[in-house]
Amino acid sequence: MNNDTVLCLNNLSKRFGTIVANESVSIDLKRGEILSLLGENGAGKTTLMNMLFGHYMPDSGSIQVANVQGELAPLTLGHPQAALNAGIGMVHQHFTLAENLSAIDNILLGSESLFAWRRSMGAAREKINSIMLRTGLNAPLDTIVGQLSVGERQRVEILKALYRDARILVLDEPTAVLTPQEADTLFANIEVMTKDGLSVIFISHKLREVLAFSHRIAVLRHGKKVGEIATKEADEKIISRLMVGADTPSTPKEVLDVGAPVLQLIDLCAPGTSARSSLVRANLTVCASEIVGIAGISGNGQSTLAKVISGLTRPTSGRLEIDSEPVLTYTPASLLNAGVGRIPEDRHHDGVIGAMSVSENLAIERLDSSDIQKNGFLRKKKLKLNAQKLTQKYDIRGPGIESETRLLSGGNIQKLILARVFEASPKVILANQPTRGLDMGAVSEVGKRLLQARKRGAGILLISEDLDELMALADRIIIMHDGELHTAPSHDRAQIGLIMAGEIS
Amino acid sequence: MEILEILLSENFWAAALRIATPLIFGVLGALICEKSGVLNLGIEGIFAAGAMAGWMAVWLGADLWTGLFFAALTGAFFGFIHAILTVPLGLSQHVSGLGITMFATSVSYFTYRTALPQVSSPPRIEPFQPLDIPILSDLPFLGPVLFQQTAMTWLALFLVALVWWVYNRTPLGQALRAVGDNPDAADAQGLSVYGLRIGAIVAGSACMALGGAFLTMSAFDAFFFGMVNGRGWVCIALVIFASWRPGKALLGALLFGAFDAFQVRLQTEVGAFLPSQVFLMAPYILSIFALVIVARRAEYPRALLTPWFKGQR
Repeated sequence: MNNDTVLCLNNLSKRFGTIVANESVSIDLKRGEILSLLGENGAGKTTLMNMLFGHYMPDSGSIQVANVQGELAPLTLGHPQAALNAGIGMVHQHFTLAENLSAIDNILLGSESLFAWRRSMGAAREKINSIMLRTGLNAPLDTIVGQLSVGERQRVEILKALYRDARILVLDEPTAVLTPQEADTLFANIEVMTKDGLSVIFISHKLREVLAFSHRIAVLRHGKKVGEIATKEADEKIISRLMVGADTPSTPKEVLDVGAPVLQLIDLCAPGTSARSSLVRANLTVCASEIVGIAGISGNGQSTLAKVISGLTRPTSGRLEIDSEPVLTYTPASLLNAGVGRIPEDRHHDGVIGAMSVSENLAIERLDSSDIQKNGFLRKKKLKLNAQKLTQKYDIRGPGIESETRLLSGGNIQKLILARVFEASPKVILANQPTRGLDMGAVSEVGKRLLQARKRGAGILLISEDLDELMALADRIIIMHDGELHTAPSHDRAQIGLIMAGEIS
Repeated sequence: MEILEILLSENFWAAALRIATPLIFGVLGALICEKSGVLNLGIEGIFAAGAMAGWMAVWLGADLWTGLFFAALTGAFFGFIHAILTVPLGLSQHVSGLGITMFATSVSYFTYRTALPQVSSPPRIEPFQPLDIPILSDLPFLGPVLFQQTAMTWLALFLVALVWWVYNRTPLGQALRAVGDNPDAADAQGLSVYGLRIGAIVAGSACMALGGAFLTMSAFDAFFFGMVNGRGWVCIALVIFASWRPGKALLGALLFGAFDAFQVRLQTEVGAFLPSQVFLMAPYILSIFALVIVARRAEYPRALLTPWFKGQR
């Protein structure tokens, strides 16, 4: 074995009940290397890394990690403490930070002896400062984490690992929450660190950054490693074929004539959860047969915008017009009746009622219509027919139309919501993060359906954090920053990124 | 004005501090549990068990401090049951807590009746006596208010300072706060979430039991049925009032103590016009008002009531 190798995963397998999350996966990592782990959702990337870090106990297989002298030694499995001691640091997709503690307290957490009567942080502070200086990862150390921005929190996470002398750093979808510029800075920092001998595994499903920043790519599909390729020899086509197992057909976008305005916000102000996310005199027009994309980092007013259009938040001033009719009462029902179809951001929580059956969820937005109920009683037969038709048409798979909806996978729940929305032929469709967390097959399905609705003449407001998706689907892109709407001058990635970060407007 | 006279009297403030003492123990205990992310509604029963165990140990011949130790041990035992049910098993914290309350209360009454089947007037013990500190006790106003309390009041005040120090100045405190906010964060840093939570519940419950022991070993000198009388529930409310901070917890307990001491005195002043129940109600109603005003801004431990399981995320 080459003594440049710092990590060997040997034939790791893990099942959850009957589901095979990983099957005999072997990966090795060299000193100073950036390996990216690619795969669709549910391919087993995160499970694999959680086994490496000791969160999960593998059913079989072993892990070897190089010690300080560079010799490979077996790692005790199932203990985060063992992984930390072996020099493995992990930055989870959902940050593992205590928000009620300061940044430095989070970094030191668990590294001090618990039963000391007081803390001496001088030496620790010095060490962190020198790490920040060397890597360029800066974060305000004495601020409570709850008050830090997402980018700062991520840097605290990485500092946490480096403070524990991590020689192997695992990043789980590190750029999901960053602007393109922040992501570039992050990768620049990572490159500096690899020069110092740090090895990095990063999980991603953004092909662009994988191709730009990694040295080697390993692809997982259905829990198995299906390919490994040096980045210089790879291109998007090869990788996506490895990930999906087939070429994904991309639906070409037809050129359509834009119709009359169907959704208009006129000088609309609405309160959000914070000042940043409140709408300030927002003006926006969506016309028939048009997809308007809303880009921006989450928390800049997208949710407030979606809530107003869904009837969940009452604007404090200004007007909202649907199909040139001003909205007078802001309730979900009144907007639904005005012709708004909604694909909510949190599909499990706001999109379906998990404890109710698939057929009930498919009909839940029009319970008062006469083909669903009669004299206050549900017409079970109609409900069933409706469900049979729609599950077939939209390819909703699961344990059956009478089973609980929560048993469906995320992709199938989204298809259920699409079926419910599109069958009502709404004039306006609000699609809030419609592809978040879906695999490539489901993503292309959502895109196809949105384009179909556009062709039918619906006006679509597509809110997304995925710029590639907006570029592919939207006719116009509008960027939200601090609750304000800015029209993107063109489909130019760098320009959009700068507006997202509030650098230019 | 009579009300002003009441508020300025040494007697009133001494009573307020005395009434507050069991609440200080209780609210600290609840705070320690909740800061780690676990609600302990067993408090009402643990108060009864502490009152019973402490008193019985002394009645059987132990000295007062050994009695306190037994009270704390009893609390720790019931806390441990709650901890096992709610932490590794992840059961409903409400259900388990209420179960502990009923269980601990009944066991205490049962033990008392088994030991003393036929007594109509409960046997008395020699309780903690006021600590008479030379010079300080003779200070005007402060002397009677502060320096004629029993050793248990001093223990309660010392615990407030200790808990504050642990949560703000020690690595253990940081770890306990982290498991109450984001157990995943603690786990990812190699800390034992189960260990920290179980430890916190056991320690917090021991502290609650001391509050109960105060009733039989300092405030009174015997054990009665129903003597806890909702003090545990008041503590649960006071933790929210205190926004999970030890200093504010002390303040909250004193405030309640003052309300209670005040209503007793008001009863003798204007008792002729109003039924006495109105006065008994007053501290609770005032506490609800205080809670409504303060609790909206309270900073909850984010992981409170959320079970955490190893290997699931």
